[in-house]
Amino acid sequence: MGYILNEESMDIVKLARDFAEKEVKPVCAQYDETGEFPMDLYQKAFDLGFHALEIPEQFGGSGLDYYTCCAVYEEFARIDAGFCTGVAADGLALKTVLMFGNDEQKQYFADYICGGKGNGFAAFALTEPDAGSDAGAGKTVAQKVGDEYVINGRKCFITNAGPAQIYVVFAITDKSKGAKGYSAFIVERDRAGVSVGKEENKMGIRLSNTADVVFDDVHVPADHLIGKEGKGYGYAMSTLDLARPIIGAMAAGIIRRCIEECVAYAKQRVTFGKPIIKHQVNSFKLADMQIKLETTRAAVINCFNQYYAGKPYGEAAAIAKCYGGDSSVECALEAIQILGGYGYSREYPVEKLLRDAKIMQIYEGTNEIQRMVISGYVCR
Amino acid sequence: MDILVCVKQVPDTTEIKINYETNTLIREGVPSIVNPFDAYALEVAVRLKEKHGGTVTVLSMGPDQAKAALKECLSVGADKAYLLSDRAFGGSDTLATSYILASAIHSLGKFDLIMCGKQAIDGDTAQVGPEIAEHLDIPQVTYALDADVTEDGKVIVKKETETGYEMVETQIPALLTVVKTEFEPRMASVKAKIAANRKPIDVITSQDITIDLSRAGLKGSPTKVKKTYTPPMKGDSVVIKEETAKESVDKLISILDEKSII
Repeated sequence: MGYILNEESMDIVKLARDFAEKEVKPVCAQYDETGEFPMDLYQKAFDLGFHALEIPEQFGGSGLDYYTCCAVYEEFARIDAGFCTGVAADGLALKTVLMFGNDEQKQYFADYICGGKGNGFAAFALTEPDAGSDAGAGKTVAQKVGDEYVINGRKCFITNAGPAQIYVVFAITDKSKGAKGYSAFIVERDRAGVSVGKEENKMGIRLSNTADVVFDDVHVPADHLIGKEGKGYGYAMSTLDLARPIIGAMAAGIIRRCIEECVAYAKQRVTFGKPIIKHQVNSFKLADMQIKLETTRAAVINCFNQYYAGKPYGEAAAIAKCYGGDSSVECALEAIQILGGYGYSREYPVEKLLRDAKIMQIYEGTNEIQRMVISGYVCR
Repeated sequence: MDILVCVKQVPDTTEIKINYETNTLIREGVPSIVNPFDAYALEVAVRLKEKHGGTVTVLSMGPDQAKAALKECLSVGADKAYLLSDRAFGGSDTLATSYILASAIHSLGKFDLIMCGKQAIDGDTAQVGPEIAEHLDIPQVTYALDADVTEDGKVIVKKETETGYEMVETQIPALLTVVKTEFEPRMASVKAKIAANRKPIDVITSQDITIDLSRAGLKGSPTKVKKTYTPPMKGDSVVIKEETAKESVDKLISILDEKSII
């Protein structure tokens, strides 16, 4: 089951599966252990164009639809959700520019990702130490001075912050207007005053880089403003709406891996005279995991059905992200239980699946925020 | 430098199962792949193209589904792809197959090099490549690990031997059969996959080439398969590894003697 794709897209998904199996799988446990950033691995993926899937062909990307992108992310996350996060974070930053930037900005940004201008990494910088779920409470400011904006502030928990050569940064241009005073900017890493701060030592998704970015009197030309002044908060929310189903797709990848690991183990592990997969308690657990896998995929697909039909998709996006995130954690916990002591051991991959899955309930809007979004639609 | 690479679509034998009642392969649900040795041949060809310029053409004989294998080749550096497909070609053994392929190559134009994998992993005969060279009456070098061409129109081949390798030189046009190389075939990029999907694959039938059909298909195939069977599993083996070679030989002889083999 899963995505219904045409031949061309299926070829790309197979390519992603081959890449994940051949290149990511042999090294991900080691990088998970050391926390070292696998630059070469990302570079290989970028050389093949996996970070430019959704960039329209006219700007140098592959112009794939989101169904195909999600099927690719599922393949990556099945092997390593941290690696997938690093690749998908490019797309997160990009979405703001693709949705609200002008053609020059789209080309400029795309060139940093796949046109040889940067190293392929981009980052979306919204969260601040005091503005996570409450994203409108940020303190980063952008002051217009002549033909420039001067940005000051600190962003935190920014995926790809370290390697990125280009950022989408949200900053307040009018303090008096609260969330309506936000604006979005394109900021290059090599501008004076941009620096990368503390890198997080994370519980999971350890193949991805998460760090602070500091802006200290950073001057950017006025043409780096994306869209209109004061619209930034809306842009950020729209970007996250479109990115949330991708977290759902990654969660589906984790669930799939849970099922695969459990089936393989439960077929060969014998207790009370039969393989434990023959014990109904385990086969029912696997059935429940499969239900969660297919329901997560269906929620992701539904979100993009709404999107491509030109309908509002914010609620569907929140459902896909929230349901997928919760399900991936539940499935990873069950996977550990099925493998028992081995599941708790670092020698087997399922404990990592739980550590990786947990972030699916937190980033791109916590699942509490998703429930606020969903209840907002239900209760209005 | 225009190179033609012959490729075969084969079942992925790492996933193959055998029906022990009929002694035939269970092909349902088994993924098809480009014969791995052909993929190595293609990689050598593409590397030569990248170094010296020119084109790489891939040619395969098979049913319509073999287009998938050709598409795969297009995504990793081949420029053109042709599928030889005709009911009259069905049932061909290696001699007929090599004759049909040689006839098609002859009709497609002039190539500096023809490359094949050393053998297909389904039939394992290693006959088609050398036979094509005979039909085309060009020199052949088998078991190539790598190759390069010189400015004066020669090809230098690193040829695998039992003890290492030797360097062999011959004039072009020539045919090479390629073994597992020291480098892995490249992975396609996303864009190359998309481009390969959009590229046409020309289907060549017996009408499109100059060919004597009495030498093709079942009619042109002297090989008769009398029986297929699964070889019985061998019994337990013994590893003899004594302190010295002499002691090992003595032990081997005593075992063979005990079993009245010698």
